[in-house]
Amino acid sequence: MSRELSYLSRLVAKGRLDRRAFLGRAVALGVGAGFANTMLARAVRAEGPVRGGALRMGLSGGESTNSLDPATWLTQVPQNFGMTWGETLVVQSAEDGSARPLLAESWEASDDAVEWRFRIRQGVTFHNGQEMTPEDVAQTIRRHSDEDTQSAAYGILTDIEEISVDGRDVVFRLARGNADLPYLLTDYHLVIQPNGGFDGPAAGIGTGPYKVEVNEPGVRHVGLRYDGYWRDDVGHVDSVEIIVMNDATARMSALQAGQVHIINRVEPRTVDLLARAPGVVIESVPSKGHYVFVMHCDTAPFDNPDVRMALKLAIDREQMITQILQGHGSVGNDFPINEAYALYPQGIEQRAYDPDEARHYYERSGHSGPIVLRTADVAFPGAVDAALLYAQQAQAAGINIQVQREPGDGYWTEVWNAQPFCASYWGGRPTQDAMYSTAYISSAEWNDTRFKREDFDETIFEARAELDENRRAELYRDAAHMVRDDGGLILPMFNNFLDGRREDVQGWVADPNHETSNLRAASRVWLNSA
Amino acid sequence: MRRFPLLTLIAQRIALGVLLLWAVSVLIFVGTMILPGDVAQAILGQAATEQALHNLRLELGLYDPPHIRYLDWLWGVLQGDLGQSLTNRADIATSIGRRLSNTLFLAACAAIVAVPLALLLGLLAVRYQGRWPDRVISGTTLTAISLPEFFIGYLLIYFVAVQLGWFPSFSTVHAGMTLGQRLEAIALPVATLTLVVLAHMMRMTRAAILNVMQSPYIETAELKGLRRFDIIRRHALPNAVAPIVNVVTINLAYLIVGVVVVEVIFVYPGMGQYLVDHVARRDVPVIQATALIFAAVYIGLNLVADIVSILANPRLRHPR
Repeated sequence: MSRELSYLSRLVAKGRLDRRAFLGRAVALGVGAGFANTMLARAVRAEGPVRGGALRMGLSGGESTNSLDPATWLTQVPQNFGMTWGETLVVQSAEDGSARPLLAESWEASDDAVEWRFRIRQGVTFHNGQEMTPEDVAQTIRRHSDEDTQSAAYGILTDIEEISVDGRDVVFRLARGNADLPYLLTDYHLVIQPNGGFDGPAAGIGTGPYKVEVNEPGVRHVGLRYDGYWRDDVGHVDSVEIIVMNDATARMSALQAGQVHIINRVEPRTVDLLARAPGVVIESVPSKGHYVFVMHCDTAPFDNPDVRMALKLAIDREQMITQILQGHGSVGNDFPINEAYALYPQGIEQRAYDPDEARHYYERSGHSGPIVLRTADVAFPGAVDAALLYAQQAQAAGINIQVQREPGDGYWTEVWNAQPFCASYWGGRPTQDAMYSTAYISSAEWNDTRFKREDFDETIFEARAELDENRRAELYRDAAHMVRDDGGLILPMFNNFLDGRREDVQGWVADPNHETSNLRAASRVWLNSA
Repeated sequence: MRRFPLLTLIAQRIALGVLLLWAVSVLIFVGTMILPGDVAQAILGQAATEQALHNLRLELGLYDPPHIRYLDWLWGVLQGDLGQSLTNRADIATSIGRRLSNTLFLAACAAIVAVPLALLLGLLAVRYQGRWPDRVISGTTLTAISLPEFFIGYLLIYFVAVQLGWFPSFSTVHAGMTLGQRLEAIALPVATLTLVVLAHMMRMTRAAILNVMQSPYIETAELKGLRRFDIIRRHALPNAVAPIVNVVTINLAYLIVGVVVVEVIFVYPGMGQYLVDHVARRDVPVIQATALIFAAVYIGLNLVADIVSILANPRLRHPR
C-alpha cells in the first residue's frame, strides 16, 4: 500500500497526477487525508525544485505612495517585493524561530552582550556588479539607526552606539547588553544596500535573487532572476510579478481563475469556499499575531485583580476560534508569546473557560454593574462579532459586558491605548524581548494594559543581557507567569496567516515569522508547470 | 457682436465655465485649509518633533498668509505645475498623467460601446413601443441599473472570468501591453460600466422621442406614408437630441470621475484608486490636483452638453 502511495506521490510531484486525484486514491487505499498530504509534501521536496517559469502574485497592501526605499516599507507589497531584490544580514528560521546567517556568515558577542562582531559573507555582488563589503553593511545600519532617520526600523536600533568595520567584520557597540541583536537584524527594513543607501535610497539595488525590472507603485512590480546570485537554494523562477490587489474578492477570483499563483490575506469568512475551488490550496500557518481584549490595570474596575481574573476566566477560547477564525488559529493563554518564539516557556497550564470560577472571582471583587467593552471592525477582522460573543459567554458567569461599537476612523488614536477596555490586535515580534519591551514594560509607550511592575521590568532587562539560554528561558517563564496571572491582557486566540496558492506552486515553506512564507514566498517556491 | 449671436453665446458659456472652475479651485483650497491639524502635522504623524515640524512648514511655505499660498498654487496650476506629492516626492503632473490616460481609455471604451447601444435600444423600444421588444429592453436595462455596480462586477467576474475563463478577472494594464492585450484586459470593467450607464441613457432616449412622437408634425409624416422607423430616425430623434445629450454627458462624466468602485474591484490603475491611496495618507497637493481635474471634467462635459443643446435647438438661442 505505502509503495503504491509513494509512487503516486512522485507522480504528483512530477505533475502527472493532480492533487485531488491523489488524495482520492489515498483515501481509497485507506490512508487519512492528513497523512497523505504530508507524504505528498515530502515527495515534492525530494523531487527537487524546478527552474524557470513566470510567477505571478496578487497581493493586498500596496499603494501608489510606495517607494523602493526600505526605510519606508509598511505594507505587504513593498515588503514582499523588497525581499525579492534585497537581503538582510540574518534571517529567522521557519522551524524554531532561531537566528540563522544570511549575508552575515557568523557572529559572536562579548560576555556582557555589549560588543557584537559579525563576519560578513564574501563573494556576494550587488545587482550593479559591485561587490558587497563590510563598509556597505555598516553604512546601511548607520542610515537606519541615525537620529534624524525616518526609518521605520529606528525604534529597534536605538541601543546601537557605534558601528565600525574591522577587516571582514562589522562591530557593533551597544549602550547596554542585548543578547537579541542578531534577531533585531532580521528586520525586513534592514536590507543591505550599496553604501547603505545613502546615495540612492530608492534605487532598488540589492543582493537578492531577483533584480528590479518594473516598479509601478500601487500597480505592479516585476523582478527578473539575477544571474550573479550567490546561492542556488532560492530563486527558482525566471521572473516574479507582484500585482497590487487590495480587494479581497479580486484576489480570490484571480486565484480561482488561475491568473495568479499566490495570494495573501484570504479572509477567514470565505476561506472554506476558496479551499473547495479546483486547483487551489490554502496555506494556513500559525503565526505570532494575536487578537486581544485589553484592560487598563490602573483604572477602576480593572485595577482590582479579581475583576481581571474573572474576565479572563469568562471567555470561551475554543468557541472564539471556531466562530471568529473559522478554525484557523490556536488558543491563547493570556501572555503574548506562543511556540513560534525561540525559548517559548513550555508547560504553563492552559487557562480554560470556567464560568463558575469566574463568578467566584467576580463576586469576591465586589464589583457590580455593566462593564463597557469598546470595539470596532478595524480592531481585528471580526472584532465586533468577537466582542458580542464574549459578552454572551461572560453572561454565564453573571458578568454584564456592555459592547460599545466605535467608529473605525480614529480607533487607534481615540480608543486603543486611551479607553480602559477595548478590542485590539498585535502582530508578532522577532523575539520575546521585543514583544515585552514594546508593550509590557512600565516605560513602554504602547503599554496598552498599563501593566506596571518593577519586578517584571527587571526580569525583562536581566533576560535581555543574558547570553546563557537556560537562564534566559527561566526568566521568560517568570515573565509569562506575571503577565498571564496579573496582567490586563485577555488573549483568547493567535490567528493564522492565510495565504492561497495554485497547486502547481511547490516548495512552500510554512513560516510563522511573517505572512507569505516570511515575505519570501517569491524566492522560495517553484512552478511545477514550468 | 450682434452679427455672430451663436459665437457670442458659446463664448459666454465658456467664460461662465471658467469662472465656475475658479470658484471650485477656491473651494478646494479653503476645504483643505479647514481640515483639522496642519499639513505638516498630518504628514509627520504624532511622533513628530517640533524641529521637524518647523522644517517641514518652512519647506511647504505654511508660514505665508493663505491668500499668498493660494495665488502661488493657482499660478503653478496655470503653468501646468501641480506640485509634488508629499508622500513619495513624485511630480504630480507626471503620475496623474499616466493614471488619467488609463481612466480616459476605460471611459472611452465604455462610452464607445454604451452610447450607440443605448441610442439604438432606445429607438428600438420606441419602434416596438408596448410590445415584447420594448418590454425586454426596458426590463433588462432596469434590472441592470438596479443592481449596485460592484455586484454586477462580481457577477461578471464569477461567471465570465472564473467559470468560463473568457476574460481575465483583473485589469492591471501597463506600458508594455499592445492595444489588443489592453482591450482584452478591460473587457469586464467595460461590460460592467456599460450595464450601469445603459439604462439611464436608453430610457431617456425612449422618453424624449416618445414625447416628440406626440407632436402634429409626426402625424403628418405618418400620413405622408413614411416607414415608422424612418420617422423616428429622421424627424423625431433630432428634436429629442437636447435631453439625450444632457443625459449622455452626465453619464460620460460618471464614467470618468465616478468609477472608483469599479477600478478597485477590477484592480484597474486609474484615477480613482490613485485618489483613494493619497486620501488615506492625507497627501493634500495630490487631493487638490485630482479634485481640480475631476471638477474640470464635470464642468467641461456639462459645457459641451449646453452648447450642443443650443446648437440643436434654435429656440434656446433667444432667451426670453
